[in-house]
Amino acid sequence: MTVIMRVALFVPCLSEHLYPKAALDMVKVLRHVGAEIEYVEGQTCCGQPAFNSGYRKDIIPVAERFIEMFSDKDAIVAPSGSCVAMVRKFYFDLDIRPALVEARKRLAGRIFEFTEYLVDVMGRDALGGSFPHTVTYHDSCHLNRELGINAQPRKLIRGIPDIDFVEMGMPDLCCGFGGTFSYKFSELSVAMVARKCRLIEASGAEYCIGADSSCLMNIEGYLRKHGMKAKTLHIAELLAESLGL
Amino acid sequence: MELRASETKRYIKKALKDDAVRDAVDKATQTALAKRAEKVAINPFWEELRKLGHAAKRAVVERLDENLARFETECRNNGMTVHWARDAAEARSIVLGIARENNVRTVVKSKSLTTEEIHLNKFLIDEGIETLETDLGEYIVQLLDQIPSHLTAPALHLTRKDVGRVFHEKLGVEYTEVPTELLAIARAKLREKFLAADMGISGVNFGVVDSGCCVVVENECNARLSVGVPRVHVAVMGIEKLVPSFELLPVFLKLLPVSATGQKQTVYVNVVGGPQRSKSGEGPEQVHVVLLDNGRSKILADPQLRETLFCIRCGACLNTCPIYQQVGGHAYGWVYMGPIGATLIPQYLGTHEGRYAPFTSSLCGACRQICPMSIDIPHHLLKLRNRVVEAGESMKVERAGIAVWAFLAKHPLMYRLATWFPGRFQKLLKGSFPAPGYSAERALGRFDDKGFRKRFLELEKNSR
Repeated sequence: MTVIMRVALFVPCLSEHLYPKAALDMVKVLRHVGAEIEYVEGQTCCGQPAFNSGYRKDIIPVAERFIEMFSDKDAIVAPSGSCVAMVRKFYFDLDIRPALVEARKRLAGRIFEFTEYLVDVMGRDALGGSFPHTVTYHDSCHLNRELGINAQPRKLIRGIPDIDFVEMGMPDLCCGFGGTFSYKFSELSVAMVARKCRLIEASGAEYCIGADSSCLMNIEGYLRKHGMKAKTLHIAELLAESLGL
Repeated sequence: MELRASETKRYIKKALKDDAVRDAVDKATQTALAKRAEKVAINPFWEELRKLGHAAKRAVVERLDENLARFETECRNNGMTVHWARDAAEARSIVLGIARENNVRTVVKSKSLTTEEIHLNKFLIDEGIETLETDLGEYIVQLLDQIPSHLTAPALHLTRKDVGRVFHEKLGVEYTEVPTELLAIARAKLREKFLAADMGISGVNFGVVDSGCCVVVENECNARLSVGVPRVHVAVMGIEKLVPSFELLPVFLKLLPVSATGQKQTVYVNVVGGPQRSKSGEGPEQVHVVLLDNGRSKILADPQLRETLFCIRCGACLNTCPIYQQVGGHAYGWVYMGPIGATLIPQYLGTHEGRYAPFTSSLCGACRQICPMSIDIPHHLLKLRNRVVEAGESMKVERAGIAVWAFLAKHPLMYRLATWFPGRFQKLLKGSFPAPGYSAERALGRFDDKGFRKRFLELEKNSR
């Protein structure tokens, strides 16, 4: 018997508006492994873009709202390491109302990135299914270096029996997105994503798997504009596809 | 060549067009990283050393006042003269005063970022004192009238062809690009200067509190000759460069070279313990230590950012930085560059001159991962971004945009409405989202006409 786990979804801005499929596939995969899904109405943004741009005061009410909305949930799962890092780590840099300090701590222990939740919380790393293609994996920086999540997505990918997983050179090299960095220093950001895409191409992979839609948007944008063959896929999409969900 | 941190945007654009510099920087950083990784892999105590180093530096910086007083006493007991300089101008005039008192006409210098920080060379030369850099990379950079482009490898942005050209033009020798020949040319030129110089100027890698000595590490013996041969030695040292004890010194003598160049140890470790003890002895007659503040005590007073004073200037964060790798050191517009430079620029130069520096980062965190002192550089950059905004140095349009966003983020219905538009009218936005520069080389993401929430609710309805 699988233990029924209640999961509250946190769907970050990019997933909500540009890449809903990744989040929908996350829902399907979570249900497949026995989770019960709840969508918390009224959710907006965690505040990361403003925080990273230096506007700490402006995001305090946004963060407080987020904490109030989610802190009583058993588990909150999001398809983005970057947004989870914001809540789990960077919310502690904000001078929020003292009454919410405890709730912030509780929330930090209960918000999970999707692959982390599957592997570390639910203990599921080999979901089976089929995806007979060559794939590589891009380590998103916040996921990898702020949250220390790099083994979990690889376990899930390798857990697909017929997949051909190849590591690209420097998989943890930043793709150059960096939120507002991507247009504040657009030429630099482009030079960085160009390098990333050359590494993806050199790996020979048909698909570059990632766990953060922001990086994937950046990488996919460059690949497409430059007629490169590799395609990007969110890990939730990969798992849903391989399981036929 | 005078660079300005406020011009970093322009420098970055220029650097990105310079393939020669980019190739040179990329090659040099990758080599250094590979050598470092090799040495770290064979050292089972590496993480222990990092912890020891961090703790030692924290201990010394948290009580910097007491430690400096002790260091001063120990240095004096060793026969050195200690000077205190509040800022660059004071430091320069102290050095000049020592030079004048001793009728100094020529100075040899070993590589020192601190003296770059206070623009000492130009000052002394303008005062009629011949001042020559003796570290090979620094010598080349001086011949070109540039500043170093890397903390430990000043000429990292140059190729041997560049070096051959500058030697040919400035020294009047036959053009060659053979490294050993270039080295021989520099050595011949410099050797005579060491013997003729009246004064040697060095920086200090580590000022050892409990024993009052200044440690200078190097690979070329030029520092040993600079501090040991002339009759006067002046060591210019930032007040944060202290380490607690001689006993802990080896921790740093390991962390620094492994991180910087992937060497297990530097070729030379010079421990300056005072002037010659007797007239017939070896070494300089006088040793002066100039302790430079120049903004450091302000950083010290800030508990949130104090950790940036732990930096031992190894340059590993530059080597691993995907941005430094693309643009090199000059793009940052100051003597401290790369990720750690981006934290130091606004702190030393102010949030106006340094308003762009904390943003020259994608916050990828590779710097923190490699830093031997475990300085949380991305976190400090975030704090400094906040300081720039609080100082009113961010763009007005951005401030207004953030205010609108913050309002919407608190009002989900309006938020949904506001984000509904781009989904419907994305053709109108074509090429302008999120900004023109973004889409020049990248296809844009497509706004979904429904969005996740709506699709999720539909999914729920259908499954019931």
